[in-house]
Amino acid sequence: MKGFKVINPGMHSLLQDKGRTGYHSLGITSGGAFDQYSFGWANRLCHNLDNAGCIEILVGGLILEAQVTTQIAITGADVPIKINDSTVENWCTHNIQAGDKIAFGYATAGCRAYLAVAGGIQAPLIFNSLSTVVRESLGGLTKLGTPLEKGDVLSCSSNSHCTERSVPAKYHCEFDTDTAEIRMVTGYQYEQFSQQQTSQFFATDYVISPNSDRMGYRLEGPAIEVPGCEMLSEGISLGAVQLPANGMPIILLCDRQTIGGYPKLGSVFSQDIAKLAQMMPGKKLRFKPFSIEQAQRVLQESTSK
Amino acid sequence: MSIGYPKVVVASENSTIVYFSERPCRKTSDQIDYTANALRVKLGEDLIDLIPSYHSLLVIYNPLSIGFQKIEQEIRDTIGRWKASNQPQQSRIVELPVYYSPESGPDLQRIADHSGLSIDQVIELHQQTEYTVYAMGFAPGFAYLGEVDERIAMPRLATPRHNVPQGAVAIADRQTAIYPSQSPGGWNLVGLCPLGLFNADKRPHSPMQVGDKLRFKSIDRDEFIQLGGSDKKLTGEIT
Repeated sequence: MKGFKVINPGMHSLLQDKGRTGYHSLGITSGGAFDQYSFGWANRLCHNLDNAGCIEILVGGLILEAQVTTQIAITGADVPIKINDSTVENWCTHNIQAGDKIAFGYATAGCRAYLAVAGGIQAPLIFNSLSTVVRESLGGLTKLGTPLEKGDVLSCSSNSHCTERSVPAKYHCEFDTDTAEIRMVTGYQYEQFSQQQTSQFFATDYVISPNSDRMGYRLEGPAIEVPGCEMLSEGISLGAVQLPANGMPIILLCDRQTIGGYPKLGSVFSQDIAKLAQMMPGKKLRFKPFSIEQAQRVLQESTSK
Repeated sequence: MSIGYPKVVVASENSTIVYFSERPCRKTSDQIDYTANALRVKLGEDLIDLIPSYHSLLVIYNPLSIGFQKIEQEIRDTIGRWKASNQPQQSRIVELPVYYSPESGPDLQRIADHSGLSIDQVIELHQQTEYTVYAMGFAPGFAYLGEVDERIAMPRLATPRHNVPQGAVAIADRQTAIYPSQSPGGWNLVGLCPLGLFNADKRPHSPMQVGDKLRFKSIDRDEFIQLGGSDKKLTGEIT
């Protein structure tokens, strides 16, 4: 089937959808688009189903050649984009002809861009998802967890051109220039940490370590004293903030292991996981306590809008 | 039910973790299994996923259709019904063949030296125990089995191997497991299972699931090859 040919995969480009659920008890993680907010907008712009396959482009460098006539939408990081020789905007749709070349430069703010195609990118599903999880060797075009490679063809249908649509600027991602505020729903072993430890945790500006990826973000800052409770491995939720013995927090993200045995303070609120997805190593963040009542109220309010 | 249990604790905006007891035991495993099955039926679409483990169950739900207080109530009601019924669950017993030998289990000698037993005694102790599948994780299809006879409990290697072959049967402290795919690993290798342990394209994806009982059956080199084991995995290829 025709679609888009990968001329250059760029730094690291992955096929993603909303991810896998229902298989965590087999040890299979969720995967899926890291920034679900930008991913959601890319599909909405193309009038796609909310779980349609997209490309998650880390930093940039991706070059595609269209083999079909269709429409695409790009959202997420601020990244220069050219279609043939013209520079085009982010957060809107573009009509594409067979033979067009779409080239991404490198992100100037944020670090993950999402490219959706009208009708969605087609790839074999594995555990009901095409999400690429490199660590598990699952998903993507090969079903074996491989990132996009030169010469790959991403299948999609032809679609007639229509009026171009864009997302109003007030809904674009905001990229924190200074310290990002990350809301964390307190939970798990939170009560076993002393008040002094949790106060220090919420007062610290943490720096994202270079050793961070879709599995987890390692943070650097003054060490937290970890309570000496004996732990048995237990289920890990998306965004869980665990504290290994060295006292440096690790936020467990979309490609996390499903069970683990370190104490955890709670889990990052999903709307702020999208924010983390756009933060490169070296960026700073500070946690803010968030109650389960607040979190569920905000979720209800944002869907009823 | 032990004092103070079950504990129902918020884990995230859409998940709650239930602790059934201080330590894992047969009764706890039964309760986890019962609760997981009952919640699947009761919650239907409100339930997103479940992660059972040694003494806990993580319940992931759709917070737009059910709130955390209602979830806690459903969980407590479900566990309450288990108390009333008090029926032990019938566990499935799975048997897996293992070729135990120094060429397929390069750490047998290390365990023998550590325990003061012979290699044959180490093998005998490993295969005579009936294990419980306490959890699956780390990698797709990786099952945490317990508990290994105290005499052959063995700490992890100081330096993990880069390359543990698919099917390797291994010990870490009082846990044992089979590597479902080739991966790095620091557990002590005692043998090889010739069968596939995880298949994304076939059901069941794994021969075992959490709550099952598992026995290992000792086989010889010829049987290992006959059952599809590769002699390339035998000594020399393990780095």
